[in-house]
Amino acid sequence: MGHTLAEAILSRAAGQPTVRAGQFVTCEVDFCLVHDIFAGTLFDTLERLGVDRVWDPDRVAVVLDHFSPAPSAAVASLHRRIRQGVERFGIRHFFDTGEGICHQLLVERRLVRPGMLVVGTDSHSTTYGAVAAAGTGIGTSEMAYAATTGTLWFQVPPTVRCQLFGRLRPPASWKDLILHLLGRYGAEFVQYRALEFAGEAVSHVDLAGRMSVANMAVEAGAKFCFFPPDAVTRRFYGEEGAAWPTPDPDAAYERTVSVDLSELEPLVALPHRVDHVRPVREVQGIPVDQAFIGSCTNGRVEDLEEAARYLRGRRVHPRTRLLVAPASRAVYEEASRRGILADLVAAGAVVLPPGCGPCFGGHLGLLGDGERCVGTHNRNFQGRMGSPHAEIYLASPATVAASAVLGYLADPREVEVAVG
Amino acid sequence: MAEVRLREVVRGRVWKFGDDISTDLLAPGAYAVAPLEERKRHVLETVRPEFPRQVRPGDVVVAGRNFGCGSSRETAPEGLRALGVACVVAESFARIFFRNAVALGLPVLPCPGVSELFEDGDEAEVVVAEARVRNPLTGTELRGQPLPPVMVEILEAGGILERLRAWNARRGQTNAGRG
Repeated sequence: MGHTLAEAILSRAAGQPTVRAGQFVTCEVDFCLVHDIFAGTLFDTLERLGVDRVWDPDRVAVVLDHFSPAPSAAVASLHRRIRQGVERFGIRHFFDTGEGICHQLLVERRLVRPGMLVVGTDSHSTTYGAVAAAGTGIGTSEMAYAATTGTLWFQVPPTVRCQLFGRLRPPASWKDLILHLLGRYGAEFVQYRALEFAGEAVSHVDLAGRMSVANMAVEAGAKFCFFPPDAVTRRFYGEEGAAWPTPDPDAAYERTVSVDLSELEPLVALPHRVDHVRPVREVQGIPVDQAFIGSCTNGRVEDLEEAARYLRGRRVHPRTRLLVAPASRAVYEEASRRGILADLVAAGAVVLPPGCGPCFGGHLGLLGDGERCVGTHNRNFQGRMGSPHAEIYLASPATVAASAVLGYLADPREVEVAVG
Repeated sequence: MAEVRLREVVRGRVWKFGDDISTDLLAPGAYAVAPLEERKRHVLETVRPEFPRQVRPGDVVVAGRNFGCGSSRETAPEGLRALGVACVVAESFARIFFRNAVALGLPVLPCPGVSELFEDGDEAEVVVAEARVRNPLTGTELRGQPLPPVMVEILEAGGILERLRAWNARRGQTNAGRG
């Protein structure tokens, strides 16, 4: 019997010919990611324990993305301590203020590669499955262990396979695929499991779409999410990738579900649950105070372009403010070069620096009591973006842009766009 | 650090919560980089303002499904531990919170049906290592899902950092031997 991609990657990382779902293994990790909320604590912890070097300074990345640029003197001091730690431990991949969101950077710079086992102090580390890497979130103490020893324990997860067929019909967006899975199967759909995409339509999911879907798979509980290596992966890396692991045809899946992409329509996750999903048209008309386009889920050029289609030549509704945060400096530059940012600004958008922005409730556009935000980000939990008496709606860039234009939660089909 | 009690009976007052208690409720993002003394005053205040003030060391948190969903922030179990919570027993846990709790030395126990076993304010008796949960008032007992041995070992060591401390000491000795 063959391996799922999770089993293939974990057996290689565990140095065993084969491992099976359910087994406990100690694995060698291939890459560690730490961001600014936890890097200070990590360095403090290592110092306290007398650890004077990390396992491999070339395979650790530290990113200042959550509080970037520093919103307070305390955070500025934290960032300073982090830079000192980066220097002390000789961390090779350091991304300072304005470079972008960790997950975008690790893919964009090709630091993460197919078949790698990657741990990050961020739950959305599942994003690396977009390039067929096993990425998963861990806490700071586990990171201290992994970054020092280069190893960590894992239980090999069972895998749920999701077969895609049909063709996505705009204005449905790849965000709507993951919202659909959350709505249909719930927030524990793949708890402790790997989610592996397959099917004749999977080759039509572009890299940006794969990143959106794999990113939010953690909202369904996923330990890993995989788009197995294919032509999209090969094109991105400019390699044949003969050595990249792939799932075996006779792998054992715990369950297989399927999605007809042609049936997807614009969806929204209603407060305060990621799996409280409805078609936008059914709940249309709820006034929104803030619209947010960005985050590691949907802050790429493709997302900004999707939004711009609805905003070009229009104005954001007077009762709504529109915040846009490109996921990285490279995204910012490309969107700028292609005129996308100029179009968004002309429509009334406030462009934030590349980074996590308001998504996690730290700064740069939080919500007050009674306010509503529709955003392209990944969580709508109570209190996530400031006031616990605010409401967050999660949707695609098209839906958020259309809502910004109309001032209320709106199906993108309500706003006419030029075709082609 | 509070002593980790795994093999003996933990008796404590039950604080009962529902499904999907997120890390944003356990450790609100606004206080993400605040000192622990400040952070612990905001644990679960959004859903139960009196919780951080009234919870006592040794109390037990009982919750529904998907406890700790959301972020990888270790500050979520850390806040509960700092308030002296003896253990968390939930219908089910979100994966990262579950690992983080164990890594920090906060006992956790998945126990389907536990929401029905207690009313808020009841006393609970829990033996984490044996996955036993009992309501002494009603005399009803439930079996939870035993923690895997690797998690029990980490909890009994006092958390994964104690393992790291030992590993680092061995590395030091090895290097000294070579030197």
